[in-house]
Amino acid sequence: MRAVVQQDPFDFGAEAARFAADRRVSGAIVTFTGVVRDVAGTLEAMEIEHYPGMTETALTAMAEEAVTRWSLEDALVIHRHGRLAPGEMIMMVATAAPHRKDAFEAAEFLMDYLKSRAPFWKREVTSEGAGWVAAKETDEDALKRW
Amino acid sequence: MDVLYFAWVRERIGVPRETVDTDAVTVMDMVEELRAREDRYAAAFADISALRVAVDQQLADFDAPLSGVREVAFFPPMTGG
Repeated sequence: MRAVVQQDPFDFGAEAARFAADRRVSGAIVTFTGVVRDVAGTLEAMEIEHYPGMTETALTAMAEEAVTRWSLEDALVIHRHGRLAPGEMIMMVATAAPHRKDAFEAAEFLMDYLKSRAPFWKREVTSEGAGWVAAKETDEDALKRW
Repeated sequence: MDVLYFAWVRERIGVPRETVDTDAVTVMDMVEELRAREDRYAAAFADISALRVAVDQQLADFDAPLSGVREVAFFPPMTGG
């Protein structure tokens, strides 16, 4: 189990390959990657603030809960902070389980919790100005299924 | 006690962290103390339904007790992922 918060980009291919290597009991590996998207065509950067200390604790607790609840062989969470350009990868999760249902569900659980319970705040810098991204009610609702 | 602010709460108050001398029993008591200090605090804490709080780096409620607590953080709902 690994939970990392970092400013630097991560190598998605290398991380996924390393995570998938040498599995014996896991028949299913799921990966998800979140990317900075430019919906209106005006985005210059996405700035991500976080709470050093609490972030690491929160990510580790989420990954541990996922491993326990879905009997995962392993879980990986990487989340970046700092200034990111459109198209850059923000975060990734990976889960390894004997069967795909558990691997998919655990990955969705991690993504839902990262959205609303990990102390990150996104600020969009556009050609028309900058502003904090508001949390969505649908993201909060998504937690109810867990 | 160390008090930390993030995102627009930090911008409204103007500092990322400060040491607050307080006898507040709960988080809400401390919010009331801060609100009474200066307009920038009153503005940041105007609507606490728009805020979240962490006590010693764990998410908490505004009625959480502050006895023995070292660090309190205020911030808007999180937008990770």
